[in-house]
Amino acid sequence: MLVTHVATALGSRSRTGRNLRLMGVAGLFMLPALALYALFVLLPIVQAAHYSLYDWNGLEPLNQFIGLANFERALSDPVFLGAVSHNAVIVVLSLAVQIPFALGLALMLNRRFRGRSIMRLVFFAPYVIAEVITAIVWSLLLQPDGLAEHFLTAIGLGDLYSPWLADPDTVLVALFFIISWKYFGFHMILLLAGLQGIPRELEEAATIDGATRGQAIRYVTLPLLGPTIRVSVFLSIIGALQLFDLVWVTTRGGPVNASNTMAVYMFDRGIVRFQFGYGSAVAVILFLLCFTLALAYQRWVLRRDTDGATTYG
Amino acid sequence: MRSLSRLGVLVAVAAIVAGACSGATSSPTSAPTTAPTQAPPSGSASTAAQVEIDWYHIQNNDPGKSLWQKLADEYMAAHPNVKIKLTVLENEAFKTKLTALLQQGDVPDLFQSWGGGGLRQQVDAGLVKDITADVASWKDTINPGALGMYQVDGKQYGIPFDLGLVGFWYNTKTFTDAGITQLPTTWDEFLTDVQTLKGKGITPIALAGKDTWTGAFYWAYLAVRNCGKDGMEKAVTTGDWSNPCFVKAGEQFKQLIDLKPFQKGFLAAPWDGAGSSAAAMATYNGAIQLMGQWLPGTVNANSGGSRGMGEGLGWFPFPAVAGSPGDPFDGLGGGNGFAVGKDAPPETIDFLHYLVSLDAANRWGALNSGILPTTVGSEPSTTDPMLSLVLDGRAKAKFVQLYLDQATTPELGGAINEAVATLYGGKGTPQSVVDAISKAAAGQ
Repeated sequence: MLVTHVATALGSRSRTGRNLRLMGVAGLFMLPALALYALFVLLPIVQAAHYSLYDWNGLEPLNQFIGLANFERALSDPVFLGAVSHNAVIVVLSLAVQIPFALGLALMLNRRFRGRSIMRLVFFAPYVIAEVITAIVWSLLLQPDGLAEHFLTAIGLGDLYSPWLADPDTVLVALFFIISWKYFGFHMILLLAGLQGIPRELEEAATIDGATRGQAIRYVTLPLLGPTIRVSVFLSIIGALQLFDLVWVTTRGGPVNASNTMAVYMFDRGIVRFQFGYGSAVAVILFLLCFTLALAYQRWVLRRDTDGATTYG
Repeated sequence: MRSLSRLGVLVAVAAIVAGACSGATSSPTSAPTTAPTQAPPSGSASTAAQVEIDWYHIQNNDPGKSLWQKLADEYMAAHPNVKIKLTVLENEAFKTKLTALLQQGDVPDLFQSWGGGGLRQQVDAGLVKDITADVASWKDTINPGALGMYQVDGKQYGIPFDLGLVGFWYNTKTFTDAGITQLPTTWDEFLTDVQTLKGKGITPIALAGKDTWTGAFYWAYLAVRNCGKDGMEKAVTTGDWSNPCFVKAGEQFKQLIDLKPFQKGFLAAPWDGAGSSAAAMATYNGAIQLMGQWLPGTVNANSGGSRGMGEGLGWFPFPAVAGSPGDPFDGLGGGNGFAVGKDAPPETIDFLHYLVSLDAANRWGALNSGILPTTVGSEPSTTDPMLSLVLDGRAKAKFVQLYLDQATTPELGGAINEAVATLYGGKGTPQSVVDAISKAAAGQ
C-alpha cells in the first residue's frame, strides 16, 4: 500500500515535494523510536534540569525555587570535588594502564599459536560477568582472611597483604585494579577485531623492506589500528566517568569518601538521603560533563574516522 | 484551504484544553465516591457500608508474616464490613514503593513507619493523619518512650508495635578467658576492659565501617549520656547542634578509637554477610559489638554453618559517663510502627488498636522473633534469654533516643553517619564532626 503510495507520490510531484514526502515517510517510520527516545531520554533530562533548581525532598510540593544554589553547593562541596577527582584518576589510569595492556594482549593473541582461542576466551570471560557479581567476588577475595591473604601467606609474602579496600589511601587503586580486571578483555576483543581488519600483506611488505617486528607494529599496525583505539579510549573514558555499580557494592564510596565517584555521590545524596533537587543538580553536572566530553571527542578525535578519511585511504 | 486547516488546529487545541480541564475537575467529583468509607465504624455490621483498609507492612518472613495475616483475618471475621487489603514488602522494596506512592499522593491507609524525621517529612507534606484524639482513650497502654517517636510537634501520627534498644553484645567466653568478671558500668571501666582484651591478643570490638550507621551508634550514645534527654531533644527539633556536649561525645569516642580496638579491615566491613562485623564476632574476631536486639540472629546466621554462638552471647547496657547530665539508663533505640494515611477510613484506628492489643502483643512476644512489643504488660511473653536481656534494659530506660538517622531527616541522618565515620576513619576531629552536622542541619 505504502509503496504504491510513495511511488505515485514520486511520480507525480515536483522535486521538493518529493523530498518532503520522503521525509514524511521516514518520519513516520522513525516515530515509534523517536517517541520512546523523547519519553525515556529527553524528558527525564529536562525533568532533572527542572528539579535541580529546587530544594525538594521528593515528598513536598515542588515549590521551593532556589535558582542555582544546588549547583553552587555541589561545586563547593569537598566531597563532590573529591568524587570528581576520583573519576579523573580512574580515567587517567584507564588510559595509561588498561588500554596499553589490552593492546599488548591483542597484538599477542593476533599471532597464530596453539591454544589461542582458549586464551581469548579466558581473557574475555571477566567482561561477561555482571558488575555486581564482580564486585562481590573481589570483596570476598580481598577481605582480611580472604583468598588474597591466604595466597600471599602461602607463597611467603604474607607481609605484602593489607586490607586494601579498607584503607582510604589504597582503596582507589584497588578499585581500579578490579575495574581493569573486568574490562581489559572487552578492549582486547575490540582491538583484536580491529587488528583482523588489517591486511597481513602490509606488515609483510614492511618486513620485506627491512623493518623489524617492532618497527612494523609502530609504523604500520598501530596507525591502521587508530580508529579502533580511538573508540576504545572513548568507551573507557565514558565508562570511568559513569562508574557506579562496582564502587557501590564494594565500598559504597568509603572509607571516608575515599572512593566516592560522581555517580555514587549522586545516588547517595539524591536517593538515599532524599535530596531529589540536589541529586538532580549533581546529575545535570555529570550529564553536562559527559556530554561535552563526548561532543568534543567526536569533533576533534573521532571526526576523521566517522568522515571516512581513515588512514586506509 | 489554509483557514480550514487553521480551524482544524483550533478545534484540536480546544479538545486538548477541554480534556485537560476535565482531568483537573475530576478530582473534586471523585470525592463523593470515597464518601461511603466515612460511615461510622462497625457496631451495626449488617447495615454499615463496606470499607477497605489498605495496609502495607514489611514483616515479609514467617512467623511474623503469618501472625499479621492471622490478626487481619480475625479482625475481618469480627467486622464483616471491613476488608483489609494486605501488601507485604521487603524493607528496601517497601521504601521505594512508598516513596512512589507518596509522590503520587496515593497514600496507603496504614503503613510501616519508623517514626522520627521520616514521619515528620510525611506530616509536613500533609500525607498522614493526626490521630491524637482518636487514640487518646488507649494510648497509655503503649510504652511512652516508643509512643513519643511517633509524635510530631506534640501530635500523634502513628503507633509503634516494636521498640528495641541498642546495647553492648559480648562474647561471654572471651570475657572469662580475659579475666573480666565484672561488666563495665562506666565509660572509663569500658576503656580499661578494651585494653585488657587487647593485651591478651584478642580483637576487642567488631565494627562495620562500611555501614556507617553502626559507628554512629557510639557517638549517638555518648551524646545521649553527655547531653541528656533535654539536650538531645533540643538539637533534634531545632537543628542547633552547638551544645558543647556533642564535641565532648566525640572526644570520648576518640579515646576509644585511639586504642585501635577494631578488627582488621573494619573500614570496609559491612554489618551482615561475608567479611561482616557479625561474621567477625561469630568467628571470635571481635569480642564486643554495639548493636540492636537483632544481633544474635545475624551473628548466628554468619557463623559459617556451625550452630552459632547461641548462649555464648551476653548483653550489657551502654555504660554511664561520669559527671554527665544524662540518666545512666537512658537508651538509644528504635523500632517499627504504623502511620495512618491522610484519607484512611475511621475503622483503620480501630484495627490499629487491635494490632497493638495486649493479646496481639503477647502473641508477638511469644514468637521471640526480635520484635519487642510495646504494649505495656506484654514484656513477660518474650522468653528468649537474649531478648529478655534487652527488654530488662528497656524497662530501666526512662528515655529512649530514636536512632539519630531516623530521628532527623534522611538528609541530616546521612550527614551524621558520614561525619562520625571521619572520626574512626582517621580523617576528622570531634569538632569537625559537629561542624559537619551543624552545616547539614543549617542547610535544610
